[in-house]
Amino acid sequence: MFGLNKKDTSLLIIVGLLTLLAPFILNPFPEGSAMAQFNAGYPDLMQRFVIFGIFAIGFNILFGLTGYLSFGHAAFLGVGSYSAVWMFKLLSYNIIPAIALSVVVAGVFSLLIGYVSLRRSGIYFSILTLAFAQMSFALAYSVLSNPKFNLTNGETGLQVYADDPQILQGANSPDLPHLFGLPMRATYTMDVGAWSFDFNAGYYFCAIVMMVVFYLSIRIFRSPFGMMLRAVKSNQQRMNYTGLNSKPYTLAAFVISGMYAGLAGGLMAAMDPLAGAERMQWTASGEVVLMTILGGTGTLIGPVLGAGFIKYFENIFSKINDSVLHSWFAFLPDGLEDAVVFVIHPFIGKGWHLTLGILFMLVVIYLPGGLVEGGQRLLNRIKRKKPKTDDATSGKTEPAE
Amino acid sequence: MTNKSITRRGVLKSGAVTGAGLFLPTIFTASSAAAYTNEPTGGSVTLGFNVPQTGPYAEEGNDELLAQQLAVEHLNGEGDGGCLNTFTSKVLKGNGILGKKVEFVTGDTQTKSDAARASAKSMIEKDGAIMINGGSSSGVAVAVQGLCQEAGVIFMAGLTHANDTTGKDKKANGFRHFFNAYMSGAALAPVLAAEMGNERRAYHLTADYNWGWTQEESIVASTEALGWETVNTVKTPLASTDFSSYITPVLNSGADVLVLNHYGGNMVNSLTNAIQFGLLDKVANGKDFKIVVPLYSELMAAGAGENIKGVLGSMNWNWQLQDEGTKAFVKSFGEKYGKPPSNSAQTCYAQVLLYADACERAGTFNPCGVVEALEDFEFDGLGNGPTWYRGADHQCFKDVLVVRGNENPTNAYDTLEIVEITPRAQVEYDPEHPMFKGGSLGECNPGA
Amino acid sequence: MDAILLQILNGLDKGSAYALIALGLTLIFGTLGVVNFAHGALFMIGAFCAVTLQKLMNLSFETIDESQTDFLGNPLKVETPYVEAWFGPETGATIIDWSVPLAILFAIPIMLAVGYVMERGLIKHFYKRPHADQILVTFGLAIVLQEIVKYFFGANPIQTPAPDALSGSIDLGTMIGFDPNAIIYPIWRLVYFGFAVAIIGAVFSFLQFTTFGMVVRAGMADRETVGLLGINIDRRFTIMFGIAAAVAGLAGVMYGPLNPPNYHMGMDFLVLSFVVVVVGGMGSLPGAVLAGFLLGILESFASTTWATTTIPGINQIIIYLVAIIVLLTRPRGLMGRKGVMEE
Repeated sequence: MFGLNKKDTSLLIIVGLLTLLAPFILNPFPEGSAMAQFNAGYPDLMQRFVIFGIFAIGFNILFGLTGYLSFGHAAFLGVGSYSAVWMFKLLSYNIIPAIALSVVVAGVFSLLIGYVSLRRSGIYFSILTLAFAQMSFALAYSVLSNPKFNLTNGETGLQVYADDPQILQGANSPDLPHLFGLPMRATYTMDVGAWSFDFNAGYYFCAIVMMVVFYLSIRIFRSPFGMMLRAVKSNQQRMNYTGLNSKPYTLAAFVISGMYAGLAGGLMAAMDPLAGAERMQWTASGEVVLMTILGGTGTLIGPVLGAGFIKYFENIFSKINDSVLHSWFAFLPDGLEDAVVFVIHPFIGKGWHLTLGILFMLVVIYLPGGLVEGGQRLLNRIKRKKPKTDDATSGKTEPAE
Repeated sequence: MTNKSITRRGVLKSGAVTGAGLFLPTIFTASSAAAYTNEPTGGSVTLGFNVPQTGPYAEEGNDELLAQQLAVEHLNGEGDGGCLNTFTSKVLKGNGILGKKVEFVTGDTQTKSDAARASAKSMIEKDGAIMINGGSSSGVAVAVQGLCQEAGVIFMAGLTHANDTTGKDKKANGFRHFFNAYMSGAALAPVLAAEMGNERRAYHLTADYNWGWTQEESIVASTEALGWETVNTVKTPLASTDFSSYITPVLNSGADVLVLNHYGGNMVNSLTNAIQFGLLDKVANGKDFKIVVPLYSELMAAGAGENIKGVLGSMNWNWQLQDEGTKAFVKSFGEKYGKPPSNSAQTCYAQVLLYADACERAGTFNPCGVVEALEDFEFDGLGNGPTWYRGADHQCFKDVLVVRGNENPTNAYDTLEIVEITPRAQVEYDPEHPMFKGGSLGECNPGA
Repeated sequence: MDAILLQILNGLDKGSAYALIALGLTLIFGTLGVVNFAHGALFMIGAFCAVTLQKLMNLSFETIDESQTDFLGNPLKVETPYVEAWFGPETGATIIDWSVPLAILFAIPIMLAVGYVMERGLIKHFYKRPHADQILVTFGLAIVLQEIVKYFFGANPIQTPAPDALSGSIDLGTMIGFDPNAIIYPIWRLVYFGFAVAIIGAVFSFLQFTTFGMVVRAGMADRETVGLLGINIDRRFTIMFGIAAAVAGLAGVMYGPLNPPNYHMGMDFLVLSFVVVVVGGMGSLPGAVLAGFLLGILESFASTTWATTTIPGINQIIIYLVAIIVLLTRPRGLMGRKGVMEE
């Protein structure tokens, strides 16, 4: 279906079903139960899962296929967000022009940076992209937010004010981001017994966009163009000797992944109309690198898993505090309860970084192929057969060095 | 690559699927029986405490969290009641808010606007928080305040000092108890004049972002009104860790006062560097060189150690105040946690009690009722003497403290001494003051 | 003129920290071919060695002084450090005062051990793995290390002052014919620069003039051939990892008095030190040192009022701007070797 082979089609359908049913899947625990803390099915986090999924899918087109490790992709996400908010400020809260512009601007921006950075390879390329992104961040944070020429509104973040022109904003259209009148914040809550599930318009919009770009990324992976990119990764020199100029291909991959990042940035602004400069900082660029590696570099679904993994920890583990712990272990005798809480305490709440760091190490030590490899091993164990060797179509490639 | 061709049938199918997908969200429209966002229906009400738990301000956030937990205890009638006994409004009875038990959830702002909004959203969307409180920077406060306005919950700001929070970024659903940069300038100026005279030449080092600029603007305005001259104002990048290259030009600039518009780690390092370069031992223009840090906090004072001795600054509140409200709060905080509270802790504690009190007086949790109850509310007994929550911009007005690094601290907690308690009248300003104009509160938003 | 000299001094000082960290990073790249994102954390651990020693020195017993009260009105507990009780108040106070320099002795074995354990326990298993995996695992390690430090020492900066004798400033200007008070510079900053030069000198002479160093250099040039000669190069590289960790750690110990250490100081330096290494050129030790000092000095000059009024915001971006210019004009940084980390 859709010009995909059977395996990819089933992957696409599975991903489609998972995103469609995410409100159910992510809220497995009844409201008010002790485990409800682990529920992730509320609109904001679901939106973040898919938006960062898009970001990581795009990053993987560059890194997973060509092996070029960009440390500055957050800049494109940030630029996308700023463009979207500017469209809200100037035109209207309709998200279509906003997202369109963010993709275009991010594309142009990545073309410029990519053209310069791709003159070098390896770590030199990484540092060039890092330098461009850090410069963008520093400028957005302070210089470009001075009162005379306020492009980014600096630390506070760019937002829409009541006195902005918004020339296309109709009298009746909602005063927050919307899709032709459907507010992105609109949520239908379904109560089933003790459970409660949120169906959010913004989430479904992002989910559909993600399905489209996921499909595109499968097509890219399977296309001759994708093959060419893999060739760049495995041996660029040999490729050059055959008379092929690899640069247009890598530049195209760079711009495509930059546009994915811009799209993610635009969607972020569409879900929540504020663009902060920290989105462009090196830690944000590093995060998408971690997401991709953690999920499985060069695999189709890996980056999405990695994005979900990191965002889950950031949003769920940071909110578990001591009183929550005490309520979980209240059934234990007092002394034991305190002891258990004492042992777990460093890993939750303000210690969520520690848990994340440990998990990074465990995953990379025991699952060299990332979470995808973990999933494959699990499947193989269920099927009771030995891991079969990778063929080109399985989408998993060993990152070459 | 055998199956890459796109068939007509394939296009039709994908078109149909996409169409169905696009149609999907419109099926679900926002519908809710509640009168406002997160209306508490059971026997409890949930407050959201959004403080930095990771990153450089983690200690500050931790202190805020301790105070917020204490406030919840007091509201629920546990502990010694703290400021409930001294608060002039007597509607809080220690039986929760409006008879509902107070519960809380916590989140990590990471001192980033994005992360702070994400964590506030999760508290509102997932945990049903009806009020968000906390934070230790103005960027975060403005970002979260905007979110709360859109979502229809009340935001009770924590530590935020930039003028914009209740200036051009003010929102109907947001309230600030903490003082601001203008007030720092207004409170400091007379003390500076008394201690250093009217003929001083000031050199400003300013953190290069919004808060730094508003503070520089405020301090420059109030010191120039005294007759001081501003020699230079230099912006330093937020990411700076070493300020030597900004300090050395001060040495021979002809200035005799250095004003450090820095906060947190920036302030600790720039002050440490300034002392290293012997600025305080210097004599310039025939006068002893002085350093001023307009915004102090106890934790940063602890970080700066010996270096703050004799350095003047301002604070919202200090545990060494002698009014009844302060004594009650310091006693219950100190007995529970073994250390005196910081001024960011105090502002969060006061904000939680003020919110609870406003709900009681309004008889509802509806944000619009709460806003009405808080606007132009006059009270006392939470520290700092008689206090007024101005309705025009949701800024609290109360006495401001001018403090100095203690020359002879007797323990780890009295590193700062109170020089003067500047009366409220002296720091008041018109809501349309040029530093605050632009922006409007808008309408209160109950959400739903 | 004096302003320029002062900025050069400031630059050399910043450059000292950059150069020391970058030197260690390059040693690890060059020998083991590992991208070590935990190198900033090693710098931070070094600084906290000094903090720990200071805390150990200040371990105190409490006596209750009825004449004074604490903030709750209870009798004040007066703390007297054991060191002062054992050696007498004066000698004891002097020992505490000198805790930062003493921490050097304390830090060397600790950092060597940390480096050794890190290499044998973790990094060893990642030689054959892609650089991306190395980044992920060392980044994870860096987070874990800094969170552990945060757990024990908190997030606030902790002052580790220089000894009294070295904490004032001296008038350098009069020594070279300037007016008095024109060039006053803190003694500890000069000490830090001197210390950095000494360490760099020691590392270079070790590699240049000892047999061990010669073998290591040979191994850096061609690891396989050296291995084929029957030399256990891995063992030597492990020791080099320990030395690189010690260099970063010592840079951290001595940095404390300049700016008080906090748990995330390693992350603040991490990105910068990578930029320094790459600008210097991958695999080149002199390049790393040169780039460290160069970027330090340029950063200092960019922060002068003259520079920021000419190009607004130049102080925010100078390091990255220089990195871009250098990498576009010299493909392998200032002194990089061909083929190192270019794939």
